[in-house]
Amino acid sequence: MLSKEEVRYIASLSRIDLKDQEIEVFQKTLTAILDYIEKLKKLDVSGIAPTSHVLPLQDVFREDRTRPSLTKVEALRIAPAQAKGSFKVPQVIE
Amino acid sequence: MKEFETVIGLEVHLQFKTETKIFCGCANRFGDEPNTLTCPVCLGLPGSLPVLNRKVLRYAIRVALALNAQINPVVKFDRKNYYYPDLPKGYQISQYDLPIAHDGSIVVSTAGQEKKIGIKRAHLEEDAGKLIHDGANNCSLVDYNRTGTPLMEIVSEPDLRTPQEAYDYLTALKLTLQYLDVSDCDMEKGSLRCDANVSVRQKGAKEFGVKAEIKNLNSFKAVKSALEFEENRHRAMILAGEKIVQETRLWNDEKAATFPMRSKEEAHDYRYFPEPDLVPFSLAPNAVEEVRRDMPEMPHAKLERLLKRYSLVEYDAHILIQDPHIADFFERCAESYKDWKKICNWIIGPVQQEMNSRKCGIGELKLPPQNLIGLIEKVEQGVVSNLVGKDVLIMMLDTGKDAQTIIAEKGLAQVSDTGALEKIVEAILNENQKVVAQIKEGKDSAMGFLVGQAMKKTQGKANPKLLGDIIKRRITDG
Ligand SMILES: [Zn+2]
Repeated sequence: MLSKEEVRYIASLSRIDLKDQEIEVFQKTLTAILDYIEKLKKLDVSGIAPTSHVLPLQDVFREDRTRPSLTKVEALRIAPAQAKGSFKVPQVIE
Repeated sequence: MKEFETVIGLEVHLQFKTETKIFCGCANRFGDEPNTLTCPVCLGLPGSLPVLNRKVLRYAIRVALALNAQINPVVKFDRKNYYYPDLPKGYQISQYDLPIAHDGSIVVSTAGQEKKIGIKRAHLEEDAGKLIHDGANNCSLVDYNRTGTPLMEIVSEPDLRTPQEAYDYLTALKLTLQYLDVSDCDMEKGSLRCDANVSVRQKGAKEFGVKAEIKNLNSFKAVKSALEFEENRHRAMILAGEKIVQETRLWNDEKAATFPMRSKEEAHDYRYFPEPDLVPFSLAPNAVEEVRRDMPEMPHAKLERLLKRYSLVEYDAHILIQDPHIADFFERCAESYKDWKKICNWIIGPVQQEMNSRKCGIGELKLPPQNLIGLIEKVEQGVVSNLVGKDVLIMMLDTGKDAQTIIAEKGLAQVSDTGALEKIVEAILNENQKVVAQIKEGKDSAMGFLVGQAMKKTQGKANPKLLGDIIKRRITDG
């Protein structure tokens, strides 16, 4: 079974804040998924081509032609905060 | 005494100069007002779907071919998951296990020799936005114009052994990429960027040392300086018996040193998985062949051809091929004028000097090939001296007029009318009888004085050689 630490780590990678009881729930459900993957691994897939996409399609392109972009006002409408024509976010230190 | 060996691998990010971004129709442009080149796709809004720009894949194949790489017959895109404010979707569309190309190489001239450097892989991905840190207001500002700019990441094998070799590799790679005409390759604008991996081991050791990844390298010179700094830091630590930790470090140009980057260790857990919003792409041999057919001549091939075709010396040919547009310009000039060495001297001398001072390429100079030839002919015919010829060039570039027009308008033609010069010489000889006497006694050096006087009388427009001949004849005869 996945440890509490593993679940906490996976949650933190996805920026999900879990309560202690939730961690216990996900320990069980995530482990069930992993067990199922283990089962799938045992299947003989030697005759099956690797598939990365569910649709039987490939080579879908667009031509290199510009289309109108959103205006600055439209783009910034979804910003939680804005300043100087930019999206304003908490300071990222590097 | 221990002998060390430095092992370097470079990751180069190249922005393609397509009209539009990689997965949407927003213009791919640098320098616009922040957040005016975005749409639901490049802002990562729910319900929007990316569609690959056909030209991006074509450019990527060009790069792969130029790097003599193996091209994967089927490629796909993957999500690289991480959180950073410059990445609106929370993942970057990149390529993980099926990149466009792998196992290529490039020939680099370094330390007077040619060395083949391996290219491990080259893949496509989308660029992130631009973050501006506003320390005063305790916040960061994000401009998403750059989000979705097509990028190709080119990863070298750890085949480089010295900082100079790394510098020479970058120079050779940049030249190749410029020839492909797929990118501006301008480090200042960020269209070419480089990260370096470096480690140090004892010479002959099989295992690599612990590596440091260096970022924030803003020029080829910075790459070299940062690698020299790291090489010394690693050696000193090994000698002192200290443990080197694997880490990412940032180069600080002002302090000429690298510093550890403060970041969370989980940053490298990217949880790649196939991008469900994009279908796979086939790079079948016939599609690749089609791109190969319009590949331009690569720098090394051009060098060999120029040497052979125009009997140039290696030094001159090397300078010409540094810019494919200059090499083309040379060849267009060479079609109509046969003294190739002379054309080359004019291009790599006065013409390049003007390009440098005007900070522009040969294409932006107002100089069609026939105008340069026209000027060279005027100089060779003795209509203007070499020196005046350079001034005429400047005026040609300022006005776009040809040499003949400038020379006529400014009255710059040397006086080669013998009758007119005879009269001037006669006057000079009469005014300087003492000097004439000295010359007759064998003081040849005084000739120069007389020529100088005569030149002054014509405001420098006399043909000095002709003038000298007339003076000599008059003195010997008289
Ligand atoms: Zn867009």
